[in-house]
Amino acid sequence: MKIVVNGENHILEESLTIRELIGKFGINTETVVVELNKQIVAKENFGSTKLNDSDKVEIVHFVGGG
Amino acid sequence: MEITVNEKKMVIDNFTTLFELRDQIKPDADVVIINGYQTDTDIKLQEGDKISLIRKGEIPDKSEIKYLMMARHTPGVHDKLQKGFVAIAGLGGLGSNVAVSLARMGIGTIKLIDFDIVEPSNLNRQQYFIHQIGKSKTEALKDTLLNINPYNTYLTENIYITAENAKKTLKGYDVIIEAFDKAKNKAMLINECLKHFPGKCIIGASGVAGVFDTESLKIHKIGKNTYIVGDMVNEARPGCGLMATRVAVAANMQAHLAVRYLLGEI
Repeated sequence: MKIVVNGENHILEESLTIRELIGKFGINTETVVVELNKQIVAKENFGSTKLNDSDKVEIVHFVGGG
Repeated sequence: MEITVNEKKMVIDNFTTLFELRDQIKPDADVVIINGYQTDTDIKLQEGDKISLIRKGEIPDKSEIKYLMMARHTPGVHDKLQKGFVAIAGLGGLGSNVAVSLARMGIGTIKLIDFDIVEPSNLNRQQYFIHQIGKSKTEALKDTLLNINPYNTYLTENIYITAENAKKTLKGYDVIIEAFDKAKNKAMLINECLKHFPGKCIIGASGVAGVFDTESLKIHKIGKNTYIVGDMVNEARPGCGLMATRVAVAANMQAHLAVRYLLGEI
């Protein structure tokens, strides 16, 4: 299936959860804010939210410093 | 016709010019500001004009000073900002600079939140002074803000914000500024605010370290009212420090978003 992550097309061979997708990018789930089809996904739902064909995901990854 | 001079309304003859007015009211004024613009050119006054006449070096009385401080504001801006409530979570390089700019702008109520004290390595970029080392950041910054603009309300809370206490600490504010240092705390605060305060304006920052070009600092919008300022990449790490010039640009981008939100511009 095809999804869009941060504006780029990605092909997934099997359906993933948000948590699994973040893991594929090698990002710590503690440092992200995630939008799925313009809706914020609560952190506690990362593991239970499955991605569907043509979903649009925005992963905002925070880095330290301030 | 009616005009306002140093925030007092008065009726003057039609066809009076700006400099004729100055000569009548305050002939020794050497700064003449009309509708937020300082001018050397005489012009005919119009109904509703707002004029400030200032003698350089003279400390005005209390009733006048609040308005003279805002004389260079675009008219109408100050009244709207005075009604604003902004909470600043974290008073480091981002938060202390945001606070100073928002105090100067005249945000009516500013809440300052931090758990830490001022220490020497803060002084390369944060708005504190040598004599404040050892003081709590909340109290040190409040003192500074009162010296800059005593006509806003400053509230303080010494607390380490967590997912458990964020809602209670930040409830009731129009704008919440995320100004933390650690990536996990940044993401936690934005997630908690989106969960508890979905209609509010939330302004965070990510990627402000180093001496990289300020052109790389961008505004990333999430949802309706959430903004993240930064290059999203350059984190503070060994070999990549936090510098006053770049951090303060990001801080003022955050502060400016807060102002534009309160003015209804975004």
